[in-house]
Amino acid sequence: MTQSFRLETGGLINRDKTISFKFNGKNYFGYEGDTLASALIANGVHLIGRSFKYHRPRGFFGAGVDEPYAIVQLYRNGETEPNIKATEQELFEGLEAKSVNCWPSVNFDVGAINNFLKIFLPAGFYYKTFMWPKSFWYKIYEPFIRKAAGLGTASIKHDKERYEHKYEYCDLLITGSGPSGLASAYSAAKNGAKVILAEDKSRFGGTLLTSDVNIGNQSGKEWADSIVSELKEMSNVTIKNRSQVFGYYDHNMLVMSERISDHLPKTKKYHPKQRLWYIRAKEVLISSGSIERPIVFGNNDTPGVMLSSAAKEYMKVYGVLVGKKPLVFTNNDSGYETAIEFKKNGVDPIILDTRKEPQSEIIEEAKNMNIDIKNSYVVVAAQGYKKVKSADIAKISDDKEELGSVENIKCDCICVSGFWTPTIHLASQSGNKTKFNEEIDAFVPGTSKQNEKTLGAANGIYTLEETLKDSFEKGNQLSKEITNNDNKVSFPNVVEKKSTVHDKFWCVPLPKGKNYKRFLDFQNDVAVSDIEIALKEGYRSIEHVKRYTTLGMATDQGKTSNLNGLQLVSKIENKVVPAVGHTTFRPPYSPVSIGAIVGREVGKHSKPTRKSPMHSWHEKNNAVFVDAGVWLRPRYYKRGDENLFEASKREAKNVRTNVGVCDVTTLGKIDIKGPDAAELLNRVYTNAWLKLPVGKARYGVMLREDGIVMDDGTTTRISENHYHMTTTTAQAANVLSHLEYYLQLVWPELNVNVVSTTEQWAGAAIAGPKSREVLKKLFPNSDVTNEGLPFMGYMEGDLFGVKAKIFRISFSGELAYEVNVESDYGYFMWEKIIEAGEEFGIQPYGTEALSTLRIEMGHVAGSELDGRTIPYDNSLEGLISKKKDFIGKRSLSRKAFAAEDRQKIVGVVPLDKKTSIPEGSHLVKDSNAPLPNPKLGYISASCWSVEHDNPFSLAILKDGKNMIGEKLFVMSPLKNKVIPVEIVSSHYVDPKGERVRS
Amino acid sequence: MLHIKCPHCGMRSQNEFSYGGDATVKRPELGEEISDHDWDNFVYNRKSLRGRHWELWQHLSGCRQWIKVERDTATHEIFKTLKANEDIS
Ligand SMILES: [Zn+2]
Repeated sequence: MTQSFRLETGGLINRDKTISFKFNGKNYFGYEGDTLASALIANGVHLIGRSFKYHRPRGFFGAGVDEPYAIVQLYRNGETEPNIKATEQELFEGLEAKSVNCWPSVNFDVGAINNFLKIFLPAGFYYKTFMWPKSFWYKIYEPFIRKAAGLGTASIKHDKERYEHKYEYCDLLITGSGPSGLASAYSAAKNGAKVILAEDKSRFGGTLLTSDVNIGNQSGKEWADSIVSELKEMSNVTIKNRSQVFGYYDHNMLVMSERISDHLPKTKKYHPKQRLWYIRAKEVLISSGSIERPIVFGNNDTPGVMLSSAAKEYMKVYGVLVGKKPLVFTNNDSGYETAIEFKKNGVDPIILDTRKEPQSEIIEEAKNMNIDIKNSYVVVAAQGYKKVKSADIAKISDDKEELGSVENIKCDCICVSGFWTPTIHLASQSGNKTKFNEEIDAFVPGTSKQNEKTLGAANGIYTLEETLKDSFEKGNQLSKEITNNDNKVSFPNVVEKKSTVHDKFWCVPLPKGKNYKRFLDFQNDVAVSDIEIALKEGYRSIEHVKRYTTLGMATDQGKTSNLNGLQLVSKIENKVVPAVGHTTFRPPYSPVSIGAIVGREVGKHSKPTRKSPMHSWHEKNNAVFVDAGVWLRPRYYKRGDENLFEASKREAKNVRTNVGVCDVTTLGKIDIKGPDAAELLNRVYTNAWLKLPVGKARYGVMLREDGIVMDDGTTTRISENHYHMTTTTAQAANVLSHLEYYLQLVWPELNVNVVSTTEQWAGAAIAGPKSREVLKKLFPNSDVTNEGLPFMGYMEGDLFGVKAKIFRISFSGELAYEVNVESDYGYFMWEKIIEAGEEFGIQPYGTEALSTLRIEMGHVAGSELDGRTIPYDNSLEGLISKKKDFIGKRSLSRKAFAAEDRQKIVGVVPLDKKTSIPEGSHLVKDSNAPLPNPKLGYISASCWSVEHDNPFSLAILKDGKNMIGEKLFVMSPLKNKVIPVEIVSSHYVDPKGERVRS
Repeated sequence: MLHIKCPHCGMRSQNEFSYGGDATVKRPELGEEISDHDWDNFVYNRKSLRGRHWELWQHLSGCRQWIKVERDTATHEIFKTLKANEDIS
């Protein structure tokens, strides 16, 4: 297939390397260095999609990040990605792309009926129409709108690509490698500053690649190339192409997405697809240039109408003609540069200039080339449906209000230039108070809030000489302040053509009797008439107008539409543009893939995984694991065909009858040392701690200042000034911070040190009536009798040469011990315990059996200490000291906490002794009461009691104290269950606590 | 993301810290007689200030020290940071 719109020569593409690709199922060829857009245009393809609302045909409008139309669904290496701009996507071998917003095909689109019904789709259409009847929204309206108004389809497959994050610090971050970016980077680099220069496109140089200028006796491109190659050699410079700085956040933190592999057929091994850079810069130089703005006229969204600068870029960079009969419609000199480029390539353009008698070097050159120039002329409307076929043009009066007689001329493209809009997005994001520059009719950065400066065209400076001078100077000056070097760069001789002032004309009036759609926002299909309606309906604030009409709300964020929208509002409102103000710019400047934002934190990498030193033993012994925070804990150890229920019942039963062992390494452990350690504990815990003897452990509860239970656990006095605190697995980190808070800020006079030792110790709980027999075998030289090591006692022991801490504490309610050894010996300890316990029938037990044991014993855990309960609610009021003050004590005397009928923990047993009670169910008095049925309490934890062989639950119940013996109902609408139950004591097993002391 | 100068470690990113609320609140002395009203003020009531504000942060993933930070809640500008034992001037 011939590329009928490719020039014979020219461009920066590699004509020796042909690349084949597919668009909408058809095969095409392009060259290395093409974008999908340039390759399609070279092949004469101008119809690329359908518009968002009216499904009107869409072509290409720009040549880069500003593109509002050419959004495609991309297929690469078996994966698909939506929302890809054809103007940014570099061509690679085997690339496949499809149009979006069209069904069944781009050429015949059913949704285009909206276009003919457009009288029914004015501003606020969705708000007005789809609000009623309400029940229609979810089932009918929303799915329809979603199907009809998408920008492609996200893949629902797992993304196999890798995305990385990188943190970087630099002296100067420079965003954009046009003349201002290169000049400032160069002079800053010469001063030894650490510089990052980011370029969004694949090629460095920005406008230097397309403008006809001369710097130091080189062409713009040659100069750019020489600066870039010098910068690349410097060790203090990082220079990145395909890298978009899209967000400016607080404290000079900027985020950049680097597209590492998107231009390749597939990602290289060990390479990421994209990399997200978090850059903390001392100074930021914004050199993001400017974007040409369109002039608004009838049917200005027809494929073939595009920015004049884009037409020039397609010729100069890609060697591609956007048309062979071009019309250039301009209000300034830029259009002439495009026309001259057409002429140089053997194509005769016609220039329509809205100005009456403009004069400048560039205009002179165009005249000398015999280009047809019509002054005081405008395009009234483009004609043609899927491609521009002709244009209705007319003379316009000096006051720009009256059109002369309309004539029709043939053309195949209309290149529009309505002057230039500085790209102030990053500056605005940084908090810069932008100001309106009358001269260029656009906003420019004003007062900086952060360390940021804007250069060149982004700052409204449109001449090369001034841009370079300012940029060399700013780069030198800012870096000098950081590095104290002052290596002046000699300023090169600059030759550029002088241009004259632009005409502040932006919208062509409608001719009499015609009602052409004149679009402001090309991606969201917002026309002049929509804004007029919004204002008629009383919308005044530009932020409201934006939301009501969706002007500037599409993925292009109004890069080409915002200013014209403002012009229109200010004209109707009879206000100046700065009085209307612009809407807030927010990151990202241009769409970023979710994968890049998430980075490596996916799947099992979404959080760290903590494993105990005994983990591999559990694995070898058929443990089924469960997530406990970031820990992996054995839930149960599967034997044969057992399920969770059977296995946990067996394990729990074995603890009650023989002996079991449980990995309790995950418990939080805090080492507390210092002469005031006891005093700290006494203030933190609700019970008394000053008289705990060395070698003894004590159970304690700590509160927050608001009286709510924060955590519980045992703390053991190891020696005079040394304590070992345990916390629950979940609260370990919070408790440490809590202690540090009080020690550092509230009671700095206390001489105490706290440090986490959770990972330093491996722990095993040995529980059951035969646990002492196991212990005797493990520590033959220690006296572990009931007298030698009584309940809540502590001793150190020698576990076959390994130093061990032995605590006689119990969570299961059985005679039990917890043995701790240094983590490295954890596996050894575990094997020894299993070995010693074999003759007593020892079995490992997991968290499920652990829960069963504590629930039927009425021991509280996370599901009761849930951040809503006070000690009384958990029947822990016996642990509250009356004699001393402690954290949160004052709150307990508040009225609600002392109420007579306050909630309290109780036990719940189903009357049929069979039906399991779902956790989270509600307790009610009357299961048939009208809704909402008054709730008396809730089920916090459920198990199958192995002691009684029937279901048993714990509940937090209103007036629980007086409810024992009552018959209530458990209701679970979620499980559709109603269960008659009896309220019993929460201590369902061994209520007197004899076993732990046996 | 904020850039906070830890008085012990130097400039560090916000993600190393955790926020700890108003630094000007003083906990009543232990055992102090205090009215419900005053206790409630200490436990619950905080002004949601716009502007300069002294607040607590803990350098959680660093030195673990609690520090005092004077920050503008509207602009995020940080004016000064102090160690836990230094008084807000
Ligand atoms: Zn620190």
